[in-house]
Amino acid sequence: MSPGGVRPEGVRPEGVRTEGVRRERVSTEAEELLQVVGLERHFDGLKAVDGVSFTVAPHEVVSIIGPNGSGKTTTLNLVTGTIRANAGTIILDGRDIGHADTARIAEDGIGRTFQNGRVFATLSVADNIEVGIHSTLTASRPFRRLSHVFLLRWIPLLAELFIAIVGTPASRRERTAIDATIDEEIQWFQARLGPRRDDQAYTLSYANRRRTEIARALALKPKLLVLDEPTAGMNQSETAEVLEQLLELKESGQAMLLVEHKLDLVMTVSDRIIVMDGGRIIAQGRPEEVRSDPAVIEAYLGRRRGLGGEVLA
Amino acid sequence: MLDTLIAGVLRGNVYALGAVGISLVFGVMNVVNFAQFSFFGLGAMLTWFFVARLGLSFWLALPLVLVVCAALGLIINAAVVRPLAKFLPLAAMLSTYAVSLILDNTSQAAFGANSRVFPQVLQTSNLHVGNMRFGTADVVMLGITAGVMIVMSLFLKYGKVGRAIRATAQDQEAALQMGIPVALVQNLSFVIASALGGLAGIFIALYVGVADPTSGLETGMTAFVAATLGGLGSLVGAVIGGFVLGILESFGIYFFGGSADQIIVFVILIAVLIIRPGGLLGKVPLISSEPLTGTFLGKGRPFRIPRWVWPAALAVAAVIVPLIGNDYVLSTGTQVLVYAIIASGFTITAGQAGVMALGQAGPIAIGAYTSALITLYLHVSFWVALPLAGLAAALIASILASPIWGVKGHYISIATLGIGIVIVAVIQLIVPLGVQGIPWPKIGDTVLFTAQDFYFIDLGVLVLTLLVMWRIRRSHLGRVISSVGADEVAALASGVRVRDYKALAFAISAFFAGIGGSLLAHQYTYIDTSIFSMLMSLVVVTIVILGGVNLPYGAVVGSLILIGGLEALRFTDELRIVVYGLVLILVVRFRPGGILVRNS
Repeated sequence: MSPGGVRPEGVRPEGVRTEGVRRERVSTEAEELLQVVGLERHFDGLKAVDGVSFTVAPHEVVSIIGPNGSGKTTTLNLVTGTIRANAGTIILDGRDIGHADTARIAEDGIGRTFQNGRVFATLSVADNIEVGIHSTLTASRPFRRLSHVFLLRWIPLLAELFIAIVGTPASRRERTAIDATIDEEIQWFQARLGPRRDDQAYTLSYANRRRTEIARALALKPKLLVLDEPTAGMNQSETAEVLEQLLELKESGQAMLLVEHKLDLVMTVSDRIIVMDGGRIIAQGRPEEVRSDPAVIEAYLGRRRGLGGEVLA
Repeated sequence: MLDTLIAGVLRGNVYALGAVGISLVFGVMNVVNFAQFSFFGLGAMLTWFFVARLGLSFWLALPLVLVVCAALGLIINAAVVRPLAKFLPLAAMLSTYAVSLILDNTSQAAFGANSRVFPQVLQTSNLHVGNMRFGTADVVMLGITAGVMIVMSLFLKYGKVGRAIRATAQDQEAALQMGIPVALVQNLSFVIASALGGLAGIFIALYVGVADPTSGLETGMTAFVAATLGGLGSLVGAVIGGFVLGILESFGIYFFGGSADQIIVFVILIAVLIIRPGGLLGKVPLISSEPLTGTFLGKGRPFRIPRWVWPAALAVAAVIVPLIGNDYVLSTGTQVLVYAIIASGFTITAGQAGVMALGQAGPIAIGAYTSALITLYLHVSFWVALPLAGLAAALIASILASPIWGVKGHYISIATLGIGIVIVAVIQLIVPLGVQGIPWPKIGDTVLFTAQDFYFIDLGVLVLTLLVMWRIRRSHLGRVISSVGADEVAALASGVRVRDYKALAFAISAFFAGIGGSLLAHQYTYIDTSIFSMLMSLVVVTIVILGGVNLPYGAVVGSLILIGGLEALRFTDELRIVVYGLVLILVVRFRPGGILVRNS
């Protein structure tokens, strides 16, 4: 972890600028970082996500919990553009990203990890992280503003090819900056990933792949970090380690949207918790509120027979 | 019109039988089985042998052929395909190609290479409904197919083994855990597929009236397209695909003539794949499964190559070989070098971007023709034509391939194969007679035409190619393209525009393919489209896999073994492809990740 557990703005090495890349805001009135309204997605008639609305404020950590099949992961996939929504709006930092493609959403500032972990198996740990840096680069990607324009996208592509083969002074400076950023991201998991910097990802242990994935997601300096069950398949001490790191990230002001089954971790790290069941939000609030909400207990443990006036025959 | 329809149904009949076999094997083993193609030719030749040579009755020959094909299928699967499919489906696919080579050439050696007139065992135009004429042969063929399909579908639906086949096709691991003898199921599927292939071969002979040991490849290709069209793994889809293709092809030939044949087939395929990326009845999962476990393409660490090897290799290639080699060695050397250029340019598509494109003969042909035509008619110097050939190949191939980058998995291989074949077919339409008198390169007034001259030109280009590939691999761009091949979904989530980088990788590979084509054209001084066959595309793929799909310099080693080795075996001439096929199988068997890659 970098000095003092804080990750202030502006520590990014020279040459890697994020501001120049971001497009202008549509509106500045939104205070929320992420605003989701009326999100819907059905699979062959099954409503996996059915009218979900929620917000994430800047620097806030929000967790989504709920039984299996309640639509948590689908919600994350919709927010990150991995799956298209059938209805609803998603606004990130004042900009509508509901119809943007996944790559664009990543450029707009959402970094994510996947439920079972997706690393680039044949790339080294360092290269995995370097791919994460991709959306923040400028000198290695000239004319990148054109990269989503029909046909003209070949201009940035060929320019990138030229940079790769020949290079420019600016791209060489950026190269140094990339290496510095990789080191900086590996710092988060120095003890674990440091010695494995140049190992191919498929040779790593499960937990280390998850760490690599988180480091890669952080490398794009996301406004919002989306984590899908970051501790799935980890033992207690590994989970505790991840909790420690999440708390450090939170300390540094990183906004996070988290799906997680381990309630201890969720209760500790979250500012707010959203509870989903059957594709809908059944409760939300601060951890201690959610903990005692009867609807939540019912969703997790089932209805108590003979109580609450409803007797099941 | 009705006659055309009937002709289409009969063609479709053959394709459907072949496609069902291909789809069946793909379903239970996840392997594209090129050996299936050989069974078409084999079925036809065996029937000819039994009926015309041994004088057996057709009705006795029919079951005999099926039994022979089935037995061969069992041997092939048990000895070659199944042991490999466990490691790497791609290696298994290559080995089926090797098997196909062996079968075709053995069949040629045994029966002779020329085509044989197939005796008319059944009437072909003795019946009519209204003014539509057809024969007993047609009725028998359609009847047998209908019977086979009905039995197959009942067997798969209600039979115990049939259910086991379906279970294995859905999830091999789970089927194994439930006590289904997966090995047996796979063997059985292969046997059924081989017998169906043989049956289709008999029908070809009956329908065309000629039996030809090499007729398998083209029919096989179309049957394969039919299976893809229907959705690989779906048997109903295979039947539908077969008939759709047969009928459309017949009408296409009726309207546009026979030379449009392959263009029609592949244009249909590509159109369907763009609209339905998993074929007519196939399903593509919304998000590809998360590849945390399982086998990865290109897994395995390449051997560490000591630094001194590079200058040493260059010294051997640039000094020692030209000094001690005679013209024969040097002209073999030029072939090795040109294929090394094409293949090492191809590693960025096949290895890094993870697109196993099967149609590199297309861009090679564009390069060759561009260079040949502009030097001949516009009197452009070879040195200018060479890069132009690369650019033309990259440009045209990229335009044609632009709609297919959303297609996934095996389907993208087939789509690129289609593009390659369409390119060559279109060139055949435009320049039907080939190009001759292609000028030799010149420096000042010195004409370069000896084997040694070409050897040095090719070596220079190869060194440049390797340099460029090395630069790309080490750059940020190189890592980004590799991430696309490793996991598309994760790459997208990291802000990588996956389709664009696939297109770029493909363009780079097409550029070097075009360069290679130009070099070939000026060495041959005569080209026609028969050079740019599907075999050429497969040779490029084989070289890359032999050397290690991710290693540009591996392509040089692959080319040495494949092109050089093939030349070295010339002393056995007739058996050399058989021997070569065996060597290929052995190499793939013991080094599935490539020669320069450690087994993991």
